[in-house]
Amino acid sequence: MNEALQLLVYGTVLGSILTLGAIGVSMLFGILRFAHFAHGDMMTFGAYIALSFITGLGFPIFGALPFAIVITAILAIAIDRLVYRRLRKTQPVILLISSFGIAMALRALIQMIWGPGNHVYQQGIQIPYRAFGIAIKPDHITIVVGAIILVAALNLFLHRTKLGKAMRAMADNPDLAAITGIDNERVIMWTWVIGGGLAASAGVFMAMDTHLNPTIGWHVLLMVFAATILGGIGKLYGAILGGLAIGIAVEMSTMVIEPVYKPAVAFGIMVIMLIVRPAGLLGGRT
Amino acid sequence: MSLLKVEEVHGGYGKADILNGCSLTVEKDEIAVIIGPNGAGKSTLMKAVFGLVHLRKGGVFFEDEDITNMPTQRVVSHGLAYVPQESNVFPNMTVEENLEMGAYLRDDDYQHQIDRTYELFPRLAERRTQHAGTMSGGERQMLAMGRAMMMEPRLLLLDEPTAGLSPKFIDQTFEMVSHINKQMGIGILMVEQNAKQALAIADKGYVLVMGQNRYQDTGHALLNDPEVAQMFLGG
Repeated sequence: MNEALQLLVYGTVLGSILTLGAIGVSMLFGILRFAHFAHGDMMTFGAYIALSFITGLGFPIFGALPFAIVITAILAIAIDRLVYRRLRKTQPVILLISSFGIAMALRALIQMIWGPGNHVYQQGIQIPYRAFGIAIKPDHITIVVGAIILVAALNLFLHRTKLGKAMRAMADNPDLAAITGIDNERVIMWTWVIGGGLAASAGVFMAMDTHLNPTIGWHVLLMVFAATILGGIGKLYGAILGGLAIGIAVEMSTMVIEPVYKPAVAFGIMVIMLIVRPAGLLGGRT
Repeated sequence: MSLLKVEEVHGGYGKADILNGCSLTVEKDEIAVIIGPNGAGKSTLMKAVFGLVHLRKGGVFFEDEDITNMPTQRVVSHGLAYVPQESNVFPNMTVEENLEMGAYLRDDDYQHQIDRTYELFPRLAERRTQHAGTMSGGERQMLAMGRAMMMEPRLLLLDEPTAGLSPKFIDQTFEMVSHINKQMGIGILMVEQNAKQALAIADKGYVLVMGQNRYQDTGHALLNDPEVAQMFLGG
């Protein structure tokens, strides 16, 4: 019982991180109609930017996070302008393949700048809180609360602001959005800002939880896709539900199978979902 | 000065042209109707006016201003609005949000226009917090028209507004189009399959075949033209 509860805690932490990634993937798919394979490496990039501010300039983690968010958002816009925008009039599959190329280029860039080794934000061990026989690290609470704040802020943005509504409108029907005067390119730019910013946050949280190396984002990408598909593409609540479900399922699975199979569990759920209910739990687009 | 003038436009989606030199004009306060067989290019012509189809030759002028091949998101700010035939609402947004999107380019207070829309379509007022995707076809058509009118346009382009509606809604839609034209002074350019009913309320009609004008006359004259009646109005 205690083991299950403990895994539930780990699953919620992982789920929060996956949610932040899945929201970006889902929004980008909703508007640009392609699966963004470089999303995991954008997470890694954000985490490394934070690392430079923390270890290089002595910032606290939460002082470094806004810089990671802003710089990753700028990177996302730059990649879109340089590469994706030129390919928008072609087929989505070409965008997908090109994002695969961007993913590799970004990872190589990260290795060139920061090296291939492992890094941590803070040395030393955190003393976990103990209650009901389960251990919760302060970082776990920070990650979950941080994710909740970001998602709540995004939800407000999407439902209360003109730009947020325009974003939802364009995800719903891009042609009609243009007919009503919504500037598609401007909406796309802000979608990259949000997707990139959330990816950076997810990367920082991931590095806080464990450690940082150039492949952490790439390794978690499959789980992010699984979460996106499980929840239903284009739905904010779907991404939250999918992220938490995949995070918890993956951690819980270690009770019965070896932890090395964690990604396989996520992949399995994704495949079953695509067969049984391709529109996702909340009925997004197929 | 005509409200809208389309001059001998040629264009289409790929290499083959769908529009082969058709022309039309809509005067202020007028209802103009385009009829014709499937594939004649009626919807394509509407899309071309709104920059959704590229024109190779010819021109589109709104109040004498050249809007040929203008980027779609800029067309609406000139005073014309367009209701496409299909997927003409934002399904995952509420009725009220759909109307707000219609006013996306307005910086002034447009609450009075929302109120007017609810007066015109009381049914939408009842459903203001409902998602558009869950409404019936007739209600969605009302919402689409309401959305298009949020900018208070001088010309409204309607692509088969009665397609797929029940006879009761079809009559209501034509009444509404007439009302919008007569009471609000908005010019109408409409593509219609229910040709007889549409021509009955039209000041002017065009019969489009193979992307070219075949006949053009007043709505009344086209209704009574035996040739047009036999070929395009189902006898």
